[in-house]
Amino acid sequence: MELKLNVNGRNIKADVPTEMLLVELLRERLGLTGTHIGCDTSQCGACVVHVDGVSVKSCTMLAVAAEGTRVVSIEGLSGPGGGNALHPMQVAFHENHGLQCGFCTPGMIMSAIDFAGRHTAPTEAEVRHWLEGNMCRCTGYQNIVASILAGTAAIHAETSTSSMEAA
Amino acid sequence: MGNVTGIGASILRKEDLRFITGRGNYVADIKLPGMTFAVFVRSPHAHAKLLGIDATAALAMEGVVAVLTGADMKADNVGGIPCGWGITGKDGLPMKEPPHPAMAYEKVRHVGDPVALVIAETVDLARLAADSVVVDYESLPAVVGVLEALRPGAPAVFEDIPDNLCCDWEIGDRAATDKAFAGAAHVAKISLVNNRLVGNPMEPRAAIAQYERATDRTTLWSTSQFPHVVKLLMGNFVLGIPQHKLRVVAPDVGGGFGVKQFHYAEEAVVTWAARRLGVPVKWVSERSEGFVSDAQGRDHVSEAELALDETGKFLGLRVRTLANMGGYLSTFGPNIPTNLYGPLLAGVYTTPAIYCEVKVVFTNTVPVDAYRGAGRPEATFLLERLVDVAASDMGMDRVAIRRHNMIQTSAYPYQTPVMMEYDSGDPSGCLDRALALGDWDGFAARRAESAKRGKYRGIGLATYVEACGLAPSRIAGRLGARGGLYESATVRVHATGDVTVLIGTHCHGQGHETTFAQIVSDKLGIPADKIEVVFGDTDKVQFGMGTYGSRSLSVGGSALAKSVDKVILKGRKIAAHLLEAGEPDIVFEDGKFSVAGTDRSLRFDEICLAAYIPHNYPLEVLEPGLEEQSFYDPINFTFPGGAHVAEVEIDPDTGTVDLLSYVAVDDIGTVINPMIVAGQLHGGITQGAGQALCESAVYDDASGQLLSGSFMDYAMPRADIMPNMKILTHSTRCTHNDLGVKGCGEVGTIGSPATVINAVVDALSPLGITHVDMPAAPNRIWRLIQAAGLPKAAE
Amino acid sequence: MQGFTYHRPTSVADAVVLLQSEGASGIAGGMTLLPVMKHRLATPLALVDLSGIAALGGIEVDGETLTIGAMVRHVAVADSPVVAAAIPALAALAAGIGDPAVRNRGTIGGVLANADPSADYPAAVAGLGATIVTDRREIAAEAMFTGLFATVLAPGELIVAVKFPVPLAAAYAKFRSPASRYAIVGVFVARFAAGVRVAVTGARPSVFRVPEMEAALSARFDPAALAGIAIPPDGLNGDIHAEPAFRAHLVGVMAARAVAAAGSGAA
Repeated sequence: MELKLNVNGRNIKADVPTEMLLVELLRERLGLTGTHIGCDTSQCGACVVHVDGVSVKSCTMLAVAAEGTRVVSIEGLSGPGGGNALHPMQVAFHENHGLQCGFCTPGMIMSAIDFAGRHTAPTEAEVRHWLEGNMCRCTGYQNIVASILAGTAAIHAETSTSSMEAA
Repeated sequence: MGNVTGIGASILRKEDLRFITGRGNYVADIKLPGMTFAVFVRSPHAHAKLLGIDATAALAMEGVVAVLTGADMKADNVGGIPCGWGITGKDGLPMKEPPHPAMAYEKVRHVGDPVALVIAETVDLARLAADSVVVDYESLPAVVGVLEALRPGAPAVFEDIPDNLCCDWEIGDRAATDKAFAGAAHVAKISLVNNRLVGNPMEPRAAIAQYERATDRTTLWSTSQFPHVVKLLMGNFVLGIPQHKLRVVAPDVGGGFGVKQFHYAEEAVVTWAARRLGVPVKWVSERSEGFVSDAQGRDHVSEAELALDETGKFLGLRVRTLANMGGYLSTFGPNIPTNLYGPLLAGVYTTPAIYCEVKVVFTNTVPVDAYRGAGRPEATFLLERLVDVAASDMGMDRVAIRRHNMIQTSAYPYQTPVMMEYDSGDPSGCLDRALALGDWDGFAARRAESAKRGKYRGIGLATYVEACGLAPSRIAGRLGARGGLYESATVRVHATGDVTVLIGTHCHGQGHETTFAQIVSDKLGIPADKIEVVFGDTDKVQFGMGTYGSRSLSVGGSALAKSVDKVILKGRKIAAHLLEAGEPDIVFEDGKFSVAGTDRSLRFDEICLAAYIPHNYPLEVLEPGLEEQSFYDPINFTFPGGAHVAEVEIDPDTGTVDLLSYVAVDDIGTVINPMIVAGQLHGGITQGAGQALCESAVYDDASGQLLSGSFMDYAMPRADIMPNMKILTHSTRCTHNDLGVKGCGEVGTIGSPATVINAVVDALSPLGITHVDMPAAPNRIWRLIQAAGLPKAAE
Repeated sequence: MQGFTYHRPTSVADAVVLLQSEGASGIAGGMTLLPVMKHRLATPLALVDLSGIAALGGIEVDGETLTIGAMVRHVAVADSPVVAAAIPALAALAAGIGDPAVRNRGTIGGVLANADPSADYPAAVAGLGATIVTDRREIAAEAMFTGLFATVLAPGELIVAVKFPVPLAAAYAKFRSPASRYAIVGVFVARFAAGVRVAVTGARPSVFRVPEMEAALSARFDPAALAGIAIPPDGLNGDIHAEPAFRAHLVGVMAARAVAAAGSGAA
């Protein structure tokens, strides 16, 4: 079935089987292997991407259901296709040692950016609650929570700076 | 000015960039031209005769390449999966070592036992085809628990082992221990279960194999913690591939925790299939598949007694443990509940007599092997629970009884009655700091405050010692290891002074690319970003035993340090020649070779250039180039230790245990990167807290089905069950390696189950509850509270 | 997954026609259906994606009735100022379903049609006495759920919207499974002028009300009024995380917590 969507700023046209999942489209067809598959019960969150700006488990969405949407995966945040500078949330994960093996990290970061969009001055408890759908086996979550608090603050600082500049 | 990227600096991780941008390279990410996809058909029965396999329907599907079975492997003379340790029983006889076919034939022995491999052009097709394979089973009665497996008349997992006993093992002096008990003023007793766990690294296991006919070379990409060992075991014992024709690559690996440190059947089957079919074959485990095919952890049933004198001094310890091996012996399986368990039972105490016997038992469950901590959390849990019971029995303070029995710092090196000689440690120092950091003395007020809200609050502590840095090959060999346990490192210095390290350990999250670079940076005085650390590819790295048993730094790091020292030694010779001085007069400091007492010096990179462009060079006595290799075999284990304190609050209405605080003070020897150490502790503690509070692999007793076979039923620790932990190191140097390092990968998991459960029991102690088995899940706690009735204080 | 025909109609009428075809299944958020299909436990021949039908969206309040379109996602209910003003307990319930990514996809209609025994929304439907509006009729809350994953919906019948009566006060309290985080027991309590309704999810194959609790709370809306009312464990669900007796106990605890939350005005 023919599918048109935008992935990381690129317009994509693909002929895909109806049963193809969004994560399979990204990984197998588009070579975007930063989005991972860590479970088969839609719980671990390693596959989280943004579809039209909100976090979605790409292992639990048909590729054909993404028709006409704007999909952003971890690769779209920075580097080729996303500008060269790291996203403030990526920087925060690096600076706060918010990753170890790196497998859950792309999903964590995509989920965290959605969180930042919904919280301006979050508490630690809010972050921990938000992470219900993102599992990590390495970090004990502590530095992930710290990363998300720092990243959220950085995103809002950046926004207020740019709005001040615009004013 | 100190080296800002040297030992002790919390530099940010060099490996992060590829992971935070989604450019990691995990096995599942790899695509090869002409690649086919494999799916295993696995037994739905825990125990059954395998009467026949009919793949007609699968083979008729367009795009299905092959369906292969255990019988095909047998016909190809493929060997069984070998066990890496052969332990010896108290009768002096070797353990029973039944064959472990890579794919079952004749019989299946656990749910998930592979019986066929379906290979197709797409993974969806392979799955559909696998569904259509008809396997004829004759179901047999299954046995899942160790107590049941040892009962006369229990189903035999292996026909020729009718009692299901792999080995009846012992350690310690039985007579001396009996004597100690005979003279005891008090004997404290405990019976406990150490619950079975599923390791669940977030990256499921995967394997891709490729055979190139033109070169007769075979490559396996695998999610492995020890690619060189897989190459040796699989090449030599299973598939008969000469070592020089086999390459094993473990690229980015998404967490291991022991689960990926075994040679798995799937690796061999996929490699055999790729060679047989002449096409690349890729297998990626699904999570639910991992639940029934990744080796699992723990699973002990134990009884223990502690003999004490009237002052609370420990006189003797007697332990009887039944350890579940599952349906086959995994690579390290029999070593874990024996050699990595019994010798740790002294803990940090001066108990003079210890005797431990372990019955290692086969059952119709997934094989059990090392999982983070591996034997040592089990020993710590048993000992530290028993000490709390003893304190409670004798009306002694839990801290006081520990201090009363603790090995004094001045007593190191300390020989325990169970083999180990601890080289260094300061258990009292760790305990003092943990109690202070956890505000042990202020607990009463917090408990009262919780009580006002109707909650039960408890505080718990545990000390521990770990034997890691696996391992001195000589000792390991005596204990049954069938391989060496040294490590190797090559330091390749380029003409420009940049450095490539090739090391035999494997990193799957621990930050080796950073910490190993820091060791080199510290010694050579060059920034860490000029140092690249390479691992995980047997074609690139000479040899290595891989990463497990908290060995990478103490064994691999020591090999690395040796190689760097050799580089410096050679550099001194080159410098002496260039600076026209005697070699003894050359000093190397801050990345410069200089003639002592003069201002004449050459930078490290100038020496490197001279080594590679040897125009002015002592060629008569010195080879050009600058590359050094070392193999390091430690002379002893390393012994990290520490004290942890946790506080919990229990909601009696729902049985929910809320972990409020966690404090860890650990002696891990020299700290290379404090940030990474804290991260290792956070993760380790959370895995241990997971065992204590929520995780458990539960089998149905009758059918042998795994009831907790997915994240829907297996409770993984999530962000909201953990508090912010406080981590402090209080280190003494390891005395037998140059870096003074001990290892930190497992300490969190070793200390935390006992610490958390001791806090839970403390919270429930007013109800007269003296022990809580793991996990302290809401329904278990609620049942205990119901059974206990009203708090004693309220009676 | 196995292949299927995929349709994305834009009207209820078209969807209903498509749903009549052999082996057709509707798909809303897909949060349950897709995992089931991945495990090859469901193999529909055709999927009718309902996300393109504008008529299934929308949240509005009309007098004493809050109407939520079948395809409204949990996040939209959680964030809706309309819901927050009318039935804040419903917004809180939606904010606690699954996890953020699930809430961004899952829909109220999908949850109700699926009738998972541990889903949250059925408790609100039964607790508030909601009406399920389908393409062909209106179904009272009492009639909707008929058993484990079973509803009164006819094959091909499509939920269009759910109409919730606005209560004087309400609250939902749930006890989550430590593994799946689904409700082991969830209790929705709603106080109307005519009396109090108490609905329980998670504890039996499908949602149920507790008349003894309703009577006691109608007389006196206070957690203490529930003292002595025990739910018998017979027939309750059991699993490794909660045996029937524990679930029976939790019904009482969660009911009391919901009453306390509703009474304190937190709902």
